[in-house]
Amino acid sequence: MRELKLMKGNEAIAEAAIRAGVDGYFGYPITPQSEVMETLMAEKPWETTGMVVLQAESETASINMVYGGAGCGKRVMTSSSSPGVSLMQEGLTYLAGAELPCVVVNVVRGGPGLGTIQPAQSDYFQTVKGGGHGDYKLITLAPASVQEMADFVELSFDLAFKYRNPVMILSDGVIGQMMEKVELNEQKPRWTEDYINENYPWATTGKKANRAKNIITSVQLEASVQEEFNHKLQAKYRSVEENEVRFEEVMCDDAEYLIVAYGSSARICQKSIEIARAKGIKVGMLRPITLYPFPTEQLMKRAKQVKGMLSVEMSAGQMVEDVKLAVECSVPVEHFGRFGGSVHSPGEVVEALEQKLIGG
Amino acid sequence: MSDINTIIKPENLIYKRTDVLSDNDLSYCPGCGHGTVHKLIAEVIEEMGIQDTTIGIAPVGCSVLAYNYLEIDWQQAAHGRAPALATAVKRLMPEKNVFSYQGDGDLAAIGTAETIHACNRGENIVMIFINNGIYGMTGGQMAPTTLPGMAASTCPHGRDVSHDGEPIKISEILAQLPGTCYVTRQSVHTAANVRKSKKALRKAFENQQANKGTSLVEIVSNCNSGWKMTPIKSNEWMEENMFPYYPLGDIKNQ
Amino acid sequence: MKEEIIIAGFGGQGVLSMGKILAYSGVMQDMEVSWMPAYGPEMRGGTANVTVILSDERISSPILHEYDTAIILNQQSMDKFEKDVKPGGTLIYDGNGITRHPERTDINIYRVDATAEAARMHAVKTFNMIVLGGYLQVKPVVEMENVVAGLKKSLPERHHHLIPMNEKAITRGGEVIKEVSMVK
Repeated sequence: MRELKLMKGNEAIAEAAIRAGVDGYFGYPITPQSEVMETLMAEKPWETTGMVVLQAESETASINMVYGGAGCGKRVMTSSSSPGVSLMQEGLTYLAGAELPCVVVNVVRGGPGLGTIQPAQSDYFQTVKGGGHGDYKLITLAPASVQEMADFVELSFDLAFKYRNPVMILSDGVIGQMMEKVELNEQKPRWTEDYINENYPWATTGKKANRAKNIITSVQLEASVQEEFNHKLQAKYRSVEENEVRFEEVMCDDAEYLIVAYGSSARICQKSIEIARAKGIKVGMLRPITLYPFPTEQLMKRAKQVKGMLSVEMSAGQMVEDVKLAVECSVPVEHFGRFGGSVHSPGEVVEALEQKLIGG
Repeated sequence: MSDINTIIKPENLIYKRTDVLSDNDLSYCPGCGHGTVHKLIAEVIEEMGIQDTTIGIAPVGCSVLAYNYLEIDWQQAAHGRAPALATAVKRLMPEKNVFSYQGDGDLAAIGTAETIHACNRGENIVMIFINNGIYGMTGGQMAPTTLPGMAASTCPHGRDVSHDGEPIKISEILAQLPGTCYVTRQSVHTAANVRKSKKALRKAFENQQANKGTSLVEIVSNCNSGWKMTPIKSNEWMEENMFPYYPLGDIKNQ
Repeated sequence: MKEEIIIAGFGGQGVLSMGKILAYSGVMQDMEVSWMPAYGPEMRGGTANVTVILSDERISSPILHEYDTAIILNQQSMDKFEKDVKPGGTLIYDGNGITRHPERTDINIYRVDATAEAARMHAVKTFNMIVLGGYLQVKPVVEMENVVAGLKKSLPERHHHLIPMNEKAITRGGEVIKEVSMVK
């Protein structure tokens, strides 16, 4: 029998992590995501699955604990919110540079600086354009429901280990704090060391006599070697772009206008579409589920059909740049969104659609 | 007739270089203590039979490439973060032997928080701390442990304690924490000191196997390049100047 | 069926837990539900509100700008949310501490004096359940058996002995709610 629970997005992340057989969680409290570690600590998974849960002294420490665990081929994760994720950027570039798989959850709040604890989507640039130094990418998933918060934990680990790359779950205060029905997976076992050694032979589990030592590092002092390594990384990213684009389309078949929105904003926009369609406006929505890789091709396809696109995000206009790049100026692309912790209402989105695209 | 082959026989072997050391040429300056400490760690690992269960965490600094020299699995950490990595490795694989290898800038400046909190949690790891009072790799800048009046490229007129504070005695601080079981300060500049250092390292790894908490082995070392001295002169200078500030011996032994 | 509700009052009145019990009742009735708090500094006193949606179909936005029903438990919330009730919608309020009563004539207005009733029952903590009972009397969106099941799910085990008292409060709420004015 399927078990339905009513829970917050943050709680769903924690429950899903335990059930996915995750080996370790390392975190530091910050609103609006503290329920992730609070739920884990209340559940005491170290007594059941053997999962390690540790409150670190800072986000810097947590992300580096994740590095240490990932280097052993363990499935490890952390979560935080914007200011904490800024502090993790050093760790993320090292993880990407050392090609380590891990999952990081960002329950985004308004910035810049200490900002506000209210929801925002203004960490898009930080997440998909780098954040840390160097040419690297984070595979980025944007859940739009509590169910997706749960489902994306395991999906993220699958992608992380498939590509040996960190994966970011880019959520926000709305999805983290809201409660919805969730169906959780059955408990899966944690990986054994034999399984890790067999499938992830790079893991530092102790040098066996039959293999060379394993070294997890991101340093290549020789420029030519570093360039060669960067080519390898780029080839990996091309493969991610070819194989891992995920998106959802809503009422696009007859759409004359297209809203592009992700995460909680996509939920709000679904209501806007109901309101707009009731007024006779033929509008659809493309919801990127992966923000990196971005659904560039599908947007170009829709650009041939619609009169204009509206990127709706709780930021001053970040994803809109990628939408513009995707459609190569073939249709007008506008941005709308409240930001700094304010959340746009479905009605405000309809007004913006009318003013910026239809009226204009 | 003394044919060399009549001498090279197993029964005549009195010393053998450990196989835990790799054949790579060391990248350290001639006269530097790092190579000696590497060898001691390698010997302890071999003698304890833990080569296949030991994971080393390399820092940023001169020993960033330490993983080239010891034939064990390694992770290389971001600057100062080695204790955080070691924490996770040990917690996720409690049956393994885990050590960090860190310099003074790594352990006592940029990584102070990670160092103190790993020790405070009593992480069951070994921390090996090379204190030479200077940033060697980046070209001789002031370290948190640079002595008062000692010149470095970012304090060319000597460390002014009214401006930069006193050098930090991090081992004494860490010894205050209940999580540490063993804090010792050694050196490797004489044969006798090398033997003492090796004993300390062995004890630290044995503490880990006995689940006793964090063991910290500080090695006060020279940096003849950074100090701009000959190796012999730098060892003399170390005895005269470093040891009075950083006295050798056990700070805590439980 | 779709019911979009805002519950608004002071922190400490049980606004969020009332919303959670209502949402869990919806889950028990096999409905789609969402529960979205205004989480901010409100957690530490001041005003608190939560949007609860119960629907037979997939829920789009958990955040709304207009509501089928507003349950209003203090003056600040009255000032903020009276205007956001859909025309023809419902406003339920507790008269305790209200200095400006609702004025709209295009909505149905009810009053449930739960503060006073809870005091009379010597069960101040059941205040929010009296309000819930009043709401369910006016809008029977979930069956009573599912409300009890929802209560069980949302309360920790150690509080399950309080369920009969809460049931009583819900029933009482249904008895004390009064019509104030109906859509003309």
